[in-house]
Amino acid sequence: MPTGLRNFLHTFFDPGHLGSVFPSLLKDGLLNTLEISALAILFGTTIGMLLATLLVSRRWYLRAPARAYVDVFRGLPIIVTVMMVGLGLPIAGLHIFGRNSYPYAVMALALVSGAYMSEIFRSGIQSVDRGQMEAARSLGLSYLGAMRLVIVPQGVRRVLPALTNQFVAMVKDSSLVYLLGLLASQRELFSIAKDTTFETGNLSALTAAGIVYLAITIPLTHTVNWLDRRMRDGGAVRLAGGDTSAPSLQLLSAQEGR
Amino acid sequence: MSLETPTQQAPAVAVTGLTKKFGEHTVLRGIDLQVDRGKTVCLIGASGSGKSTLLRCMNLLEQPTSGTVLLDGLDITGRDVDIDAVRSHVGMVFQQFNLFPHMSVLRNLTLALRKVRKLSKEQAEDVALARLAEVGLSAYVKHRPGQLSGGQQQRVAIARSLAMEPRVMLFDEPTSALDPELVKGVLDIMRQLAAKDMTMVVVTHEMGFAREVADHVAFLDDGLIVEEGPPASVFDSPRSDRLRAFLSQVL
Repeated sequence: MPTGLRNFLHTFFDPGHLGSVFPSLLKDGLLNTLEISALAILFGTTIGMLLATLLVSRRWYLRAPARAYVDVFRGLPIIVTVMMVGLGLPIAGLHIFGRNSYPYAVMALALVSGAYMSEIFRSGIQSVDRGQMEAARSLGLSYLGAMRLVIVPQGVRRVLPALTNQFVAMVKDSSLVYLLGLLASQRELFSIAKDTTFETGNLSALTAAGIVYLAITIPLTHTVNWLDRRMRDGGAVRLAGGDTSAPSLQLLSAQEGR
Repeated sequence: MSLETPTQQAPAVAVTGLTKKFGEHTVLRGIDLQVDRGKTVCLIGASGSGKSTLLRCMNLLEQPTSGTVLLDGLDITGRDVDIDAVRSHVGMVFQQFNLFPHMSVLRNLTLALRKVRKLSKEQAEDVALARLAEVGLSAYVKHRPGQLSGGQQQRVAIARSLAMEPRVMLFDEPTSALDPELVKGVLDIMRQLAAKDMTMVVVTHEMGFAREVADHVAFLDDGLIVEEGPPASVFDSPRSDRLRAFLSQVL
């Protein structure tokens, strides 16, 4: 084996180092990473949806602040936002979440992902045919009622795959919480790996963390894709009951799945 | 005054001095039109003549530039009018059906009954099933709109409007997007509605339907009603050159 390759394998794929870090990655790191990213996705999606409804408003004074928000938080490096929120707020005397780093990190990530998601939701909402809003309003639904019941549900379905990117990004960016300082019990995948590499002088712990990240993000991606396909096929599958054209449709979706 | 307690003396729809501009482009140049209760009025004319815009002004899908629209005597262009409430009493059927594709046929009908009329789930479904039976689609309640033919979709759309028990039904070229063999089913339903004295305003290119069913026909050209009257006089003895030219092209 060439020396270079042997050095590379030793540095990143040393079986002993890999094996010794996995238990703490899976026991503490995994749950902590999932906690931060799940909360960031939850709040980020909420912020994104609220912003999107403002972005499609016909009133400029609703649109303008939302547009400014998106421009700022999408334009800043995420690491800057994490620092500004997580270190800046407490320095300014705003200990809104006490001394726990997690809520600050979740807030920063949610603020950023909200900006990205609002653009995704906006494009979905605007892709819905104008006639849908007209039909809903003609039945006497208010603008917001029509949005909530008719337009947004259709728009969201169309952008599900694009949202996946954002969910995956949240899982990965949850590692930035380490910038804010963590108790030993709060360490997530990346900070456990980082601390281990400092102790051992070997980078295999990072590889181990990478494998666990993939174990989260790949199933996540495929779950959303599966959901997306199921919603799309929803009509076609039920068509199988009473229509002769159904077999060909089922065939089509089966082929897409492969 | 509200649409829940209509004044029987007032015409169902009274349009006065209606104009509509889109930017610099003037689409309606001063329309006066009256639709009496229980009558069917057909709006005919070339595309671009303003007939769809006129119809859409009757439930404020388009905001008139000037003029008034009275529904059962209520000026719906007034500032303090609850337009959502007004629209819930005016049925609208679109050329492209505009059913909600993410909902079952049944839910297309019950949505507004529950959210606007505040009926219970059971009440709303009773009303919806009755309306779907009237348009011959009881077998399709659980289907999605995308699984139906265009003609079936349009009949669902009509049922959806009827479920709200509208004071007036507006039809915007309801058969223009349909394959020829599906047109008759939709026109038959509209015929039955007219026979049951539903007040209807119909923008249509179906001259046969207009002649047979309409009580009153208005011919629009370039944003004005050029000629109007009973179908027999409009179709058989047109007075203006423009109507004669139009009829020679479509008949």
